[in-house]
Amino acid sequence: MSDTDLETFRAETRAWLEANCPETMRTPMRGEKDATWGGRNPEFAHPDQKLWMDRMGERGWTVPDWPSAYGGGGLSPAETKILREEMARLKCRNPLNSFGISMLGPALLKYGTEEQKLEHLPRIARGEIRWCQGYSEPNAGSDLAGLQASADDAGDHYIVNGQKVWTSYADKADWIFCLVRTDKSSKQGGISFVLFDMASEGVSTRPILLISGNSPFCETFFDNVKVPKANRVHDENKGWDVAKYLLGHEREMISGMGLGGPAGDPMIDAARKGVDPILRGQIALFQVRSQAFKAMSERFIDELKAGRAHPAQPSMMKYYGTELNKTRHELTMAAGGSDTLEWDSEASNHGAAPRAWLRTKANSIEGGTSEIQLNIIAKRILDLPS
Amino acid sequence: MPLYLTDEQTMLRDTARDFVAEHAPVSHMRRLRDANDATGFSRDLWKQFAELGLTGILIPEADNGLGLGHVEAGVVIEEIGRNLSPSPFLTTAVAAVEALKGTPHAARWFPGILAGETVAALAIDERAKHDGCIEMKAERSGNGFRLTGAKQFVAHGHVADLLLVAATTEHGTTLFAVPTDANGLTADPQRLADASLAARLTFDGVEVDADAVVGEVDQAPLARLLAAGRTGASAELLGVGGGAMDMTVTYLKERKQFGQLIGSFQALQHRAAHLYSEMEVARAAVLKAQQLLDAGDERAADAVSVAKAMTSLATTLSVQEGIQMHGGIGMTDEYDIGFYMKRARVLAELFGDANFHADALAQAAGY
Ligand SMILES: Cc1cc2nc3c(=O)[nH]c(=O)nc-3n(C[C@H](O)[C@H](O)[C@H](O)COP(=O)(O)OP(=O)(O)OC[C@H]3O[C@@H](n4cnc5c(N)ncnc54)[C@H](O)[C@@H]3O)c2cc1C
Repeated sequence: MSDTDLETFRAETRAWLEANCPETMRTPMRGEKDATWGGRNPEFAHPDQKLWMDRMGERGWTVPDWPSAYGGGGLSPAETKILREEMARLKCRNPLNSFGISMLGPALLKYGTEEQKLEHLPRIARGEIRWCQGYSEPNAGSDLAGLQASADDAGDHYIVNGQKVWTSYADKADWIFCLVRTDKSSKQGGISFVLFDMASEGVSTRPILLISGNSPFCETFFDNVKVPKANRVHDENKGWDVAKYLLGHEREMISGMGLGGPAGDPMIDAARKGVDPILRGQIALFQVRSQAFKAMSERFIDELKAGRAHPAQPSMMKYYGTELNKTRHELTMAAGGSDTLEWDSEASNHGAAPRAWLRTKANSIEGGTSEIQLNIIAKRILDLPS
Repeated sequence: MPLYLTDEQTMLRDTARDFVAEHAPVSHMRRLRDANDATGFSRDLWKQFAELGLTGILIPEADNGLGLGHVEAGVVIEEIGRNLSPSPFLTTAVAAVEALKGTPHAARWFPGILAGETVAALAIDERAKHDGCIEMKAERSGNGFRLTGAKQFVAHGHVADLLLVAATTEHGTTLFAVPTDANGLTADPQRLADASLAARLTFDGVEVDADAVVGEVDQAPLARLLAAGRTGASAELLGVGGGAMDMTVTYLKERKQFGQLIGSFQALQHRAAHLYSEMEVARAAVLKAQQLLDAGDERAADAVSVAKAMTSLATTLSVQEGIQMHGGIGMTDEYDIGFYMKRARVLAELFGDANFHADALAQAAGY
């Protein structure tokens, strides 16, 4: 596409966003409740959230670079970049938060059958089905391939039994993408990747309260759950390939947190009100790293698109971005002082500041801990010996 | 513009990499140091740079240069950094060229730079820390100016053919191109920790003609000069940090203790992986700054500060971890890793250290 075409696209995109993104969706979110997740029984803190999600979903712009046949926007990488830039310029909120978009979608695009893609992807794009991720188990965290939840062959379906843990939003999700053991004789080679409805008989969840005072996490139990074999993605016992591919995308998504949001930076806003010279220096040095990491993210995306990125590079992004994000929130709390300690007040943005600070401590754990990412960088990029 | 090197830029990098590694590896610098060489670099090598066209990398094609940008200059400088090659490339072919470009001085100085005969030095700093404060005075005198004051940390200042001197004039700062044989100018070269030479210069009423002014009176193209210099120094830091990291990772794969390669110890693996991450982030920051400078983008100033600060931080980590992971041998003069440590410190200080540039970012952000 020529530069003039791209300029036209930019102008049209800007005009469309200005006309269609409600004013309320151009303000900073006031905490996790303001996030839009969609699903069969969606919760919206404000009616404009639904309007904004639907408008973007209709154009496929919740997933701008997916093919339009699967509900995407069918945009080229250059157009996708323009859309994101224009959204950032207007400070548009993310229209849809979704594990379907950031995790399952890419895996289905690569490994799913045509039927699976047509069934699931458009619904993900429009926010109609909310997904959760059933990977971790009580004895399979970092050592994920040690998972035990089993899927026994019963002809045209599997019978799934076992327990998952740390399943984010399992109690609110409609469907789960889940790793199960189909062969006990091989560790990584005995895992399959299956999709099923959380309303299936035998599925139950129990929320776990977190330090942030929220309980997005669950223990998830499977008691003789019937899962059609048609819901298996990729070959039997080849689920580890899908899992790893998906983890790459999950890590990329999480690393994006290191970039901060589109709507200004609370840390710098707080610093402008006045901080001591030592804290000011710490914030300034943080700004160096954070802006350099922004450049790194841009470079990483450019390299990915050009097929030049090292396959283990998402580990570096995840490691760096999440450690950075934790520091950002630590400094935000320090700069805000006692205002940011109030659990639910105007000054603390209704507790958004302290809760977000606590939530970020999970960034370097979820999706594989920092230590695991460093292991991967050492082995796969630096080629250090075992 | 994607944030990676184009095929042409990669080819240029490979050429520079082969050339520098062959003609000026670390042993070249070590030889100059051991011989107590008084110039600080090899004039022969500077000529060879010119023969490859590299000294004209930023000189416009209309002036017989290659007419390339800061990305291209950077890939050459990075190799200079990786091999710790003493070279006037950064001060002459990058910072000075950028300052002289488009002024009448271009016709006067570019031919010598293109031929690898002219070396330029930058007389900017007056204190131990780069702080942008200029007390040197240039007073009107006859049809020219009279310069009085002192400068320090002037790389190649004792052997340069051209000095670019920043001085305070009535309503601002002016940049002067001063010939080094001017009356009243004395140079006192000092050897630095990295064995390079930097001069303390004293200007005792040095008279220069009005046409010594580069650009306009009171409006020194200092921002342009410094942006080029800082970006170049960042690229050199990348080379130093990358070179030290490569040495270290190689060592981790060779050295055995407790019957095992030390690179198999997780404590060291994690630190090496962390170091790799810092260096990659620094690399992205440098390319971003180079591209924005080349595009004349207004965001370049911030990006240059990010690049200079980030490379200073990352490379400092690289050389410190380098010595630590080498163990005792890393402390010996015979082994090269220590040279990386010394060069990194000098470059980190050049044109403003990490704190200076972080402070600039903070001011720009309004806190
Ligand atoms: C907010 C949040 C959301 C999550 N959401 C989901 C979800 O939706 N679905 C899901 O399936 N899971 C989810 N998880 C689980 C997450 O993936 C695991 O917590 C993570 O993989 C770590 O496993 P673990 O908690 O069992 O820790 P462990 O594996 O027990 O690790 C404990 C400590 O030991 C270290 N360690 C372990 N092995 C090594 C090693 N080889 N080398 C060095 N250090 C090591 C770890 O780095 C860590 O510091 C979520 C977690 C969090 C915090």
